[in-house]
Amino acid sequence: MSPMLLNTEDSPPFILELIYRLRIRDVMTRTVISVPRGTRMREVQALMKENTITGIPVAEDGRLLGLVSVDDILNALIDGFIDDVVENRMTRNLIVLEDDMPLSFAISYFEKYRYGRFPILDRSKRLVGIISSRDILIKLLLEFNTEMENLEKQFKWSEGEVPAGSTRCEFAVRKFDFENAGKASFEIKKICKERISDPKIIRRIAVAAYELEMNLVVHSNGGKVFFSWADNKATIVVIDSGPGIPNVEDALREGFTTATEWVQSLGFGAGMGLPNTKRVADEFSIESSPSGTKVTAVIRVNQDEQLPDKEDE
Amino acid sequence: MKISQLETVLGFRTVQNSYEDREMSCGYTSDLLSDVMANAREDCVLITIQAHKNAVAVATMAGIAAILVCNSRPIPDDMIEAARSEGIAVFVTEKSQFIAGGEIYQALSRE
Repeated sequence: MSPMLLNTEDSPPFILELIYRLRIRDVMTRTVISVPRGTRMREVQALMKENTITGIPVAEDGRLLGLVSVDDILNALIDGFIDDVVENRMTRNLIVLEDDMPLSFAISYFEKYRYGRFPILDRSKRLVGIISSRDILIKLLLEFNTEMENLEKQFKWSEGEVPAGSTRCEFAVRKFDFENAGKASFEIKKICKERISDPKIIRRIAVAAYELEMNLVVHSNGGKVFFSWADNKATIVVIDSGPGIPNVEDALREGFTTATEWVQSLGFGAGMGLPNTKRVADEFSIESSPSGTKVTAVIRVNQDEQLPDKEDE
Repeated sequence: MKISQLETVLGFRTVQNSYEDREMSCGYTSDLLSDVMANAREDCVLITIQAHKNAVAVATMAGIAAILVCNSRPIPDDMIEAARSEGIAVFVTEKSQFIAGGEIYQALSRE
């Protein structure tokens, strides 16, 4: 198994884009702990312990001379030269990387050589950093975080999208999260029960909300359910981040499904979700592209089907 | 026919008994949850082999009174928990959906 658990060829496109876009200098640790050649092995061992690191370059005036790894220390302990100076015991044939190489180089080097770290030199061969698989994983996590934040911003409630009203709420829904599936619809049904007297209408809203929510779980990369209650109308809008519906007409035909077998074994993906929603809704619209799908379902509620407003509202 | 009579009259075993014992109008047999959403009537008993908490979610949305799990399908704890918090009765039987549905149909027709 690769120490990086990812590779530079068939990782998902977003990861590939990242590891070719990032330079080693964006990822490496810049404050390198190094020692001069006269340092004793025992002192290096103490430095490692103190800083919880497993390799220390030997350098003078920015020139890299060698590297002492935990392995070198172990050998020194076993063979009894722990008080020797590093110059005699360090690893000299080093594999180094340059700071303006893409991160993909570092990943393939970790794969190829199985070392815990690589010293990084700049163009004038000066030691400017050190990189470990930990540095890479942390940087990738931070990049994922930023990317997720950007994605979430796209889902922000926009005024035009869903009508304003006294009641509106939004729920995030994750792909294949069958554990939490239905929570948005539960909440929406609860809100409706407080405002609508006709159970048939509550049920139509609940059916639309649940079908649309389950579509996010089963088919989308994740998205949001928005609900608004205003102007005698219940409006449900679901927006996802892809992958889009290739043929909307097909998706609206009863019995047409793209769900996988295991999803179907749970009782979902029978090709009835969108047709069911369309049937219970007074207004229904759908827009889809590979970057996302938006479905809107509106259910009108006459005044005489509503419960009187509560006083605190 | 009351919900509790699924046990007292027809012998299906109760596994979630925290519910309001109201009149049950009919039954609906299906394992496709969207089909249940679309076609099951309110206050019915759902006869199914879908023993997981998503079946409870569907029952809640559709106003279904009880779920009868057939073929002795094992019922996970989180399904029972979900049903308890929603007040939906859950029963289990070793019979198939066909046989169980037939028995419920007969019992309801006698009324």
